[in-house]
Amino acid sequence: MKTLRRGTFSKNLPLFLLAIPGLLYFVVNSYIPMIGIFIAFKDINFAKGIFASDWIGLDNFSFLFQTKDAWIMTRNTILYNVAFIVLGTICSIFIAIFMYELVKKIYSKFLMTGLILPNLISMVVLSLLVFAFLNAENGFINNSLLAPLGIEGINWYAEPKYWPFILVFIHLWKTAGYGSIIYFAAIAGIDKSIYEAAKIDGASKIKQISMITIPLLKPTIIILVLLSVGRIFNSDFGLFYQVPLNAGALYSTTQTIDTYVYRALMQLNDVGMSAAAGLYQSVVGFVLVVTVNAIVRKINADNALF
Amino acid sequence: MLEAKDEKVFRILSAVVMGLLTLAAFLPFLLIIIASISSETSLVRNGYSYFPSEFSLDAYIYMKSSASTFIRAYGVSFFITIVGTGVGLLITSMLAYPMSRADFKYRNVLAFFVFFTLLFSGGVVPSYIMWTQYFDVKNTMAALIIPNLLVNGFNVLLVRNYFKANVPTEVIESAQIDGASELRIYFRIMLPLSVPVLVTVGVFMGLAYWNDWINALYYITKPQYYGIQNLLIRLMNNIQFLNSGQASSVLGAQAVELPTIAIRMAMAVVGILPILIVLPFTQKYLARGVVMGAVKG
Repeated sequence: MKTLRRGTFSKNLPLFLLAIPGLLYFVVNSYIPMIGIFIAFKDINFAKGIFASDWIGLDNFSFLFQTKDAWIMTRNTILYNVAFIVLGTICSIFIAIFMYELVKKIYSKFLMTGLILPNLISMVVLSLLVFAFLNAENGFINNSLLAPLGIEGINWYAEPKYWPFILVFIHLWKTAGYGSIIYFAAIAGIDKSIYEAAKIDGASKIKQISMITIPLLKPTIIILVLLSVGRIFNSDFGLFYQVPLNAGALYSTTQTIDTYVYRALMQLNDVGMSAAAGLYQSVVGFVLVVTVNAIVRKINADNALF
Repeated sequence: MLEAKDEKVFRILSAVVMGLLTLAAFLPFLLIIIASISSETSLVRNGYSYFPSEFSLDAYIYMKSSASTFIRAYGVSFFITIVGTGVGLLITSMLAYPMSRADFKYRNVLAFFVFFTLLFSGGVVPSYIMWTQYFDVKNTMAALIIPNLLVNGFNVLLVRNYFKANVPTEVIESAQIDGASELRIYFRIMLPLSVPVLVTVGVFMGLAYWNDWINALYYITKPQYYGIQNLLIRLMNNIQFLNSGQASSVLGAQAVELPTIAIRMAMAVVGILPILIVLPFTQKYLARGVVMGAVKG
């Protein structure tokens, strides 16, 4: 028995060695910071070092949740995600259906490129694009759309009320085309004989879409929506920080948990608040993913993440 | 006959809608390209416009006068993209290979170890303190390559699944019988047989490095380490950062002002250009990656 075990070990050793660089990376990049969550329960004083700093229990959290920020960032993060999930899913499905109609056309490749392109640019370049449209003095919208209509220019980067619409629109512009690829693949996987049979029975195109395509996409839709719900506590830092150009006047509608964590740490030097907000996000996010996965598993075990 | 007409109408509708959407995707890019070659006076008068009253290459001429700044930033971006993607792919596939082997005893332990990193994270603060206080990465190239970007658990699982599904166990077994070492099997069998997934994952990693600006936001304070993205942020905030003293000498005596409005858009063009150039070659893999990723994480 003992020799056998030594046998398996020596047989597994070369394979294990190959895995070591990757494992080390995860230890450093992911696991050590996980241990570091204790920082959220300390009053960090860099002169003392993080280990010798005083424990303060849940004080960071109680301070955090006494501020208006906690409510604003949580509300914004969740509402933006809900809008992104609902509208993004609808847009992507429709794009996929229309795209599939044109699949045999030569120009469909060109269309695909056009729809993928917005998703490939960085948030920095995207923020420049948005700036070209919204900039108060030279922006396209104020100068070429509002001025001819006799409407006075809007100082977009100082008016928080417009940003929920702006950010949802930008997000859709950037991701809807790319997001349609997955639905496109699902539609391509549908048995064509079902459509043939429907046509013989005289089903119109609209009927075919509403009675065949959409119902057959339902499992894909449910899974993808649930998986995004599991990430509802996360936000794209760049979209909410760089695209509004970090404008302080817009915080009420652009602050999300991710931007708060960054600002508290790097701009306010408030390590405790930042760590508390980060841990709040991690823990709630973890609970959400595990819950959602349990639901997905109930629906279709093959689609569950774990 | 009626059905055929119905189909035709829908096809035309699809073409129209898709045409409009593609146009909507392209138009913002067109605006910045046109704005970047508009004259400063026309921009001041009419703002960024598709139909400027006057064209001018001043913004680009001006950028050329600071060419060294841009070349340097491009150099940093290319360097981190190539090194990061290369090293990252190597480590990713080296980890994925043992996990794919049914006879490797620890494969499930490793899979959980990798997978858990996707479920829970320690957050920004602990990792920021670790990288800056204990690894001292501030203002180094390592700060642009290593934190968060080098190896991604999702990619590891993707490559593992591909190995599992596409490299038959018999091939590995016969190589073992011939006396090939694990390292040799990995390099000579697994990698050559997995080029499609490696290219796909590589394209995503390369894009992530090229577009990244967040690592520099946290860890870089010296402009000489700025890649193209962070240079753009810096210039957007402070256009004078380019050697402003030279403006009049470069653009001639009549140019009293910097083309500050046009130059912002010229910078955006400079930032997008490499992506536009590689897009035709990578598009196939980008689409494939989405589908692969959706099969199962």
